[in-house]
Amino acid sequence: MGNNILNFEKPLLELADKIKELQSFMDDKGLDLSEELARLKERAKNLQEEIYADLNTMQILQIARHPNRPTARDYVKCIFDEFIELHGDRRFGDDKAMLGGIGLIDNKAFTLLGHQKGKTTKENLERNFGMAHPEGYRKALRLMKQAEKFNRPIISLINTPGAYPGIGAEERGQAEAIARNLMEMSSLKVPIIVIVVGEGGSGGALGIGLGDRIMMLEYSYYSVSSPEACAAILWKNSEKASEAAEALQITSKSLSTLGLIDRIIKEPAGGAHKDPEVAGRLIKEAIFENLHELNNLSTKELIERRYNKFRQIGEFTKNESLINQEDILKEEAE
Amino acid sequence: MFKDLFGKSKYVTVKTRDKSKKDISPDSQLWTKCKQCKEIIFNKKLIENLMVCPKCNYHFRISAKDRLAITIDEDSFQEIAGEIYSQDPLNFPNYKDKLEKAKVKTGLDEAVIAGEASIEGFPVVIAVMDFNFMGGSMGSVVGEKITRAIEKSLETRKPLILVTTAGGARMQEGLISLMQMAKTSAAVKKLDSAGILYICIMTDPTSGGVTASFASLADIIIAEKGALIAFAGPRVIKQTISADLPEGFQRAEFLLEHGMVDCVVERYQMKDELASILRIHQSGVRIYG
Repeated sequence: MGNNILNFEKPLLELADKIKELQSFMDDKGLDLSEELARLKERAKNLQEEIYADLNTMQILQIARHPNRPTARDYVKCIFDEFIELHGDRRFGDDKAMLGGIGLIDNKAFTLLGHQKGKTTKENLERNFGMAHPEGYRKALRLMKQAEKFNRPIISLINTPGAYPGIGAEERGQAEAIARNLMEMSSLKVPIIVIVVGEGGSGGALGIGLGDRIMMLEYSYYSVSSPEACAAILWKNSEKASEAAEALQITSKSLSTLGLIDRIIKEPAGGAHKDPEVAGRLIKEAIFENLHELNNLSTKELIERRYNKFRQIGEFTKNESLINQEDILKEEAE
Repeated sequence: MFKDLFGKSKYVTVKTRDKSKKDISPDSQLWTKCKQCKEIIFNKKLIENLMVCPKCNYHFRISAKDRLAITIDEDSFQEIAGEIYSQDPLNFPNYKDKLEKAKVKTGLDEAVIAGEASIEGFPVVIAVMDFNFMGGSMGSVVGEKITRAIEKSLETRKPLILVTTAGGARMQEGLISLMQMAKTSAAVKKLDSAGILYICIMTDPTSGGVTASFASLADIIIAEKGALIAFAGPRVIKQTISADLPEGFQRAEFLLEHGMVDCVVERYQMKDELASILRIHQSGVRIYG
């Protein structure tokens, strides 16, 4: 645990230590300091609220990447009453960075997909840190087509730094696999509910991310590129990552303001890893609320609305220049 | 570097900004050193050879306007989806300046130009990307113009031809750029369902979000000789695996070998190849136009 403490949480930890000390002091000496204890606990609660109310983007990024952050499998355990994992793309292999399967939630059948990270180094090596290969995206597509065939809604949990950039991935068509998923997901006849639960890294995230509802856990992020890569490419300086992170507007709050996501799912105090059960319950509630709305649509309406949802994304203008028109006229006159 | 190389600017009815001419450096007007074999080539010769090295067959990158000039029939181009320009939705550092500079540098409004045209008499909808405009990156306007080209193709039932070159999604528009991948791919699905031919010509370089969306979804994918075609660029991969990459990795010929493209075509043959595909295709379509 020691290594998993986030810098901005240190004051909280110090306070927690103090509370523990006081508690054992009370037990040892048989003194009643419960008033002092309650005061400290109250202070800890307020401090946590204060810290979490004012996180910057880099701090949110740290929570999203927290080694203890619940993974797709953790949420499956919380949300599903019964779940069977299904493997393989039937073409090349089984990608452990992509989880897929079928299950029951409150007696309703779902197909679930999700990037799967590990929690330990060993597990992460096995799961390739949640970075899928083409066979992962193709497994996802196979299971989505199956969901369509058997009329099961699809839940897609996004949590990846990105699609894996390696030789084998390129040889087997990483780009084609992602593109194909986007094309096919746009017209699947069943509801698709997408939730970014941790890292929403670029094309690798979007590869299972085209749906009827796009939601984000409060402390997750969704970005066109990692802030580190963005800073390295645009400013040739990966140390400017925190500037890039702010500029890219990758938090659930910014993306909700931009109208790119439908809903933010609140996280338990201190982040989902502090209480995965509660996080799971909030996700489950959000799924059912949205599913209820989507179930009222005909298949035709469902697909049309999904198409239009993405068709209308884009900001452009009829003004030829963003720089003051008068300046340009002046310049031309000279 | 070069403007309207093939002296056929009238093919294209896009306005050119006068300022662009100042960018041509004096020595580049006489000769060019081949990037591959280092041969010194007279520009006149290079232009005659469609910007392909006469010695080693290296294909230089060319602008969108030049690509149009050597691909479509003279005077056949009618621009569509013009009159839309990029905004700066995130107020991203330096984006406005970069856009203005790119406009001056390329004489284009954005990294893609779309229109209706004909190729050896066959009517098509065509959109061509330009790498000189912010690395051919896809933001809102590129995504929108590609989508409108697809919609024009749907409406007119003319085959769609997209010529791609791109570094990927445009970072300065953040997630809006990433979502253009979803938007364009969904539009391709409509074209696919309507049974309309879509040919993609991938030119050097085509990578990132453009490869991972509409470009890879064509019925027929042609790679121009030597083009780099990738999801993740070689630099990123080298960094990730910290090992050298095999020779020819991610080049057009490598993709052909791995089943990712239908054919690799040299520049001088491209128009004939397209015409041939359109001819074969048209004879199988009962109601046309």
